[in-house]
Amino acid sequence: MISYILRRTFAAVILLLVVTAVTFAIFFLLPRLAGQTADQLAQQYIGKSPSKADIAAVKHNLGLDQPVYVQYWHFIKGIVAGANYDLGPTTVHCNAPCFGYSFKTHQAVWPELTSRMPVTMSLAAGAAVLWLLSGVTVGVISALKPRSIFDRTFMGVALAGVSLPMFFTGNLAILLFTYQWPIFGRTYVPFTENPAQWANTLFPAWCSLALLYSAIYARLTRSGMLETMNEDFIRTARAKGLREQKVVVRHGLRAALTPIITVFGMDLGLLLGGAVITETVFSLHGIGEYAVNGITDNDLPKILGVTLLAAFFVVIANLLVDVLYAAADPRVRLS
Amino acid sequence: MTELSKTGAAVGEPTPAGKAPEAFLEVRDLKVHFPTDDGLVKSVDGLSFSLERGKTLAIVGESGSGKSVTSQAIMGLHRLGARGKNVQMSGEIWLDGKELVAASPDEVRKLRGREMAMIFQDPLSAMHPYYKVGDQIVEAYRVHHDVSKKVARRRAIEMLDRVGIPEPAKRVDGYPHEFSGGMRQRAMIAMSLVNNPELLIADEPTTALDVTVQAQILDLIRDLQKEFGSAVIMITHDLGVVAEIADDVLVMYGGRCVERGRADEVFEKPQHPYTWGLLGSMPRIDRETSERLIPVKGQPPSLINVPSGCAFHPRCPYADIPKGNVTRTVRPDLELVSTGHWSACHLPAEDRERIWTEEIAPKL
Amino acid sequence: MSETKKTDTVAEAVIPKQASAPEDREVLLKVEGLTKHFPIKKGILQRQVGAVKAVDGIDFEVRKGETLGVVGESGCGKSTMGRVITRLQDPTDGRITFEGQDITRLSTGQMRPLRRDIQMIFQDPYGSLNPRHTIGSIVSAPFRLQGVEPEGGVKKEVQRLLELVGLSPEHYNRYPHEFSGGQRQRIGIARALALKPKLVVADEPVSALDVSIQAQVVNLMDDLQEELGLTYVIIAHDLSVVRHVSDRIAVMYLGKIVELADRTSLYESPMHPYTKALMSAVPVPDPKRRGQKSERILLRGDVPSPIAPPSGCRFHTRCWKATQICKTTEPQLVELRSGQQVACHHPENFADQAPQDTVLLSVAKEASELVPDAVLEGSAEQAEAAEQAEAAEEGEAAEEAVAAEPADTAAKPSSAAGESERGSAADEKAAAPEGEAEASDTDSQESTDK
Repeated sequence: MISYILRRTFAAVILLLVVTAVTFAIFFLLPRLAGQTADQLAQQYIGKSPSKADIAAVKHNLGLDQPVYVQYWHFIKGIVAGANYDLGPTTVHCNAPCFGYSFKTHQAVWPELTSRMPVTMSLAAGAAVLWLLSGVTVGVISALKPRSIFDRTFMGVALAGVSLPMFFTGNLAILLFTYQWPIFGRTYVPFTENPAQWANTLFPAWCSLALLYSAIYARLTRSGMLETMNEDFIRTARAKGLREQKVVVRHGLRAALTPIITVFGMDLGLLLGGAVITETVFSLHGIGEYAVNGITDNDLPKILGVTLLAAFFVVIANLLVDVLYAAADPRVRLS
Repeated sequence: MTELSKTGAAVGEPTPAGKAPEAFLEVRDLKVHFPTDDGLVKSVDGLSFSLERGKTLAIVGESGSGKSVTSQAIMGLHRLGARGKNVQMSGEIWLDGKELVAASPDEVRKLRGREMAMIFQDPLSAMHPYYKVGDQIVEAYRVHHDVSKKVARRRAIEMLDRVGIPEPAKRVDGYPHEFSGGMRQRAMIAMSLVNNPELLIADEPTTALDVTVQAQILDLIRDLQKEFGSAVIMITHDLGVVAEIADDVLVMYGGRCVERGRADEVFEKPQHPYTWGLLGSMPRIDRETSERLIPVKGQPPSLINVPSGCAFHPRCPYADIPKGNVTRTVRPDLELVSTGHWSACHLPAEDRERIWTEEIAPKL
Repeated sequence: MSETKKTDTVAEAVIPKQASAPEDREVLLKVEGLTKHFPIKKGILQRQVGAVKAVDGIDFEVRKGETLGVVGESGCGKSTMGRVITRLQDPTDGRITFEGQDITRLSTGQMRPLRRDIQMIFQDPYGSLNPRHTIGSIVSAPFRLQGVEPEGGVKKEVQRLLELVGLSPEHYNRYPHEFSGGQRQRIGIARALALKPKLVVADEPVSALDVSIQAQVVNLMDDLQEELGLTYVIIAHDLSVVRHVSDRIAVMYLGKIVELADRTSLYESPMHPYTKALMSAVPVPDPKRRGQKSERILLRGDVPSPIAPPSGCRFHTRCWKATQICKTTEPQLVELRSGQQVACHHPENFADQAPQDTVLLSVAKEASELVPDAVLEGSAEQAEAAEQAEAAEEGEAAEEAVAAEPADTAAKPSSAAGESERGSAADEKAAAPEGEAEASDTDSQESTDK
């Protein structure tokens, strides 16, 4: 088990390195291959009609005049040991996990990311709880009474949930519950300050996001349960004389839910890297919004930072899923 | 052996409908039908038999003959689950003076696992893969006994020991996939016998096992039956297993019983052409037959469109012997052939006697 | 060597020789030292730490027109052997010669022309037919793959094949799901026969079928062999079916052939204790035999793991005759009687190969148990009966007298036979498993622990 986790962690580190290399290549190498010179790249960081000297200064500060592999090396070194950015008159030190420095906002990327993390995490966690509870419940009931009115209705709603875009459901929720009937707050309040207010503000966003996911989870749970309830071990559980309720929960659900762990871990990992659309619609200042800013400003360090963070969450979620799966299913041997 | 031939009562005359019978288990005119999109599946269509404590009844038949549905109907299992909502069931099942078809689901549930228990074909899929073997046995015990987990665990270890699992105190914490096929089936038997049930239904308990393990398991079942005095229903397609373990035999075809009687009688003088077919289809290990096997021609019947008259008539080589069109139009009833031996066939007794002794028996 | 006729009591080892079958037929397939190991990898570096020795050095030949049956319990390597000799899997070691040509290391491309001659039939008639293809396209696939244009066109030939296996030519455009298990197996057979193969390897061809259908397919395979002069290797776990269909039979245990003999010799006087135990375990459809005229050997526990097979004779952990030599020296497969090859130090129905070694292994004596109900009554083979009784007695005596002085057991076999014949056989049998439960501790745990 420990050997397995070590091996997987090792693999995860390698994978992250590969991700940095690929991301780096996409953002720094591709434009050059497309014909842009270092001067043109540097120019993007300066306002209109830049002087030659300005360009040269930015080029030097960003290291754009160095070969790509040196730039990559600096980048990796920055993550591990921190980096110094020469801003002409002063030098800014960017602390250890240094994911770069935005010359547009004159901010290091990492502190910015960490300050936005709680928002994204709050959004993802709340929505995850909601969609797991509602999705699994609906899925189980539908599976136990297939083709019943309940089943047909909720599977219809689920289909709608999957198909409706966040722009629609999210904006509708805002329109109805924050403007028409202002039940919910508008500005994000950190959990540590006021938990009630925190939940109150986030609730519409949670619901909108959960609607999308719970639809998928309801369908997953339903098909998993339908299959499980036909298994021989369910017949055995019934033959023991167990109450049907116990058969469903202890024997059926336990087996049907295990594969859902995998999907759940991946979804959560992805969301932690930024729920781009949801954050935009609900004006939440999370990582997703940060990514959108980076893209609209063409601010490469920001984009690179978010991409790496997202990749990190996905890789970690993957590792956790595998360990959890082994804990849930004794047949899976982690060796 | 000699003891068996004296007690023919195990397959006796049924008591009139509605009245509690003398027999420990009595099934009367049982019908189990499943409505499907393609039509009504008549899995069991009028089945009657009885069984005493300490006796073993083998129900023989091919896939789709209704033998497994019969066992699940007795246990009340077919009414559970999504498919069970629509099942149509009639007839009577009397277990130790209690009628089960009309009983409430919860009444049947309380008997399940306590008075009647079941062993399944594939012990790997029949046990929950995520729970320890011991915990599954503990669960089976605590459903019907209000005892602490500790007491139940002791009972589980005792049962594992009783069924011949080495180091039961250690194996009780093993998972099903850590057991070998034979050991798993032993554990399954331990689980079903943990409440000392009076009726044990074994649905193809050795089909998934190797012959050497099969011999061990059959021995174990026989031995435990002797010790607990329970009645056993053995569902199988293997006539070798039947000969090995059964006191009485019931041959099913197309959801009905075509022949039933004491095992020695049925093997000695089988009365139904389908039984002849089964015997002729089986290669024997104990003798050299350079001759070909005598298979039953054609395919098993569809349970949605059971052939009219005798369900076996399209496959029966002797369907034209009885006069008129009787085999195609009239459903034959079980008739007494000799004491405790019944058969549902239109063939006149003399013809059956002649065909068996002259045509079939010499070729087996 | 010619003087060693098939006399049952000849107590003389015969040096292995070939072609002792009734007719000296041409050898179609020859397998020498065939080995197939599946590596097991472990650790951070995924180093190979062991191997599942599925097939571990077997030799046999298949002659033209005969049927070789291969039996054994699950995990004995018989199915792997089938896939290796048809080159669906690559052997780890050894040599496979088909019609004099070494095919051991042929590449897929080089094997292609030979695929016409070697065909395989699989167990599962549901899984082995593509549900999206019509019967016509399934059966005609071999023609397309081999680029063969049969006389009169593909369709006509396929319809002829369908008729040959007892299906209607009108089934050409139907799909597999419209057929029952037995009919699907017939389709599989038609496909295998399309290119008129010389060798057909069938892995459990009837075990998924109902009894009555099983007989239909067995008969069909019989007829086709006669009609087309096919050679079969039939792999099955059902000893009754194998007895019915085979001319010669190989018994496998843990990747090795322990006995290879013609049908009559094998079933009437098996020489390997495992063969004997295996056959005695098969229930016979005759209730009269129950509890009286049969002798059942109850093997304890399960087959050991093929990852770490027991030393010496692989069967020694479960064999009631095992002695010290069985633990240390692996017996070779030698022809002890004309047409009967056995790998055993202490064969049944034959003179002991290692008479000097008489000390029974304490593990082994607990590992199996004989249920000597009685000896075959009124059978012509009086000598054989005595020998069986001897074996029975040996097993029992060992339990009590441990290793005291079992050397002279052979001297008084008749008394043992007489005893068990008379006493209430049924009672004895019922009482036996009681002891079994206690005694089995030693051997079964290692196999189940795995």
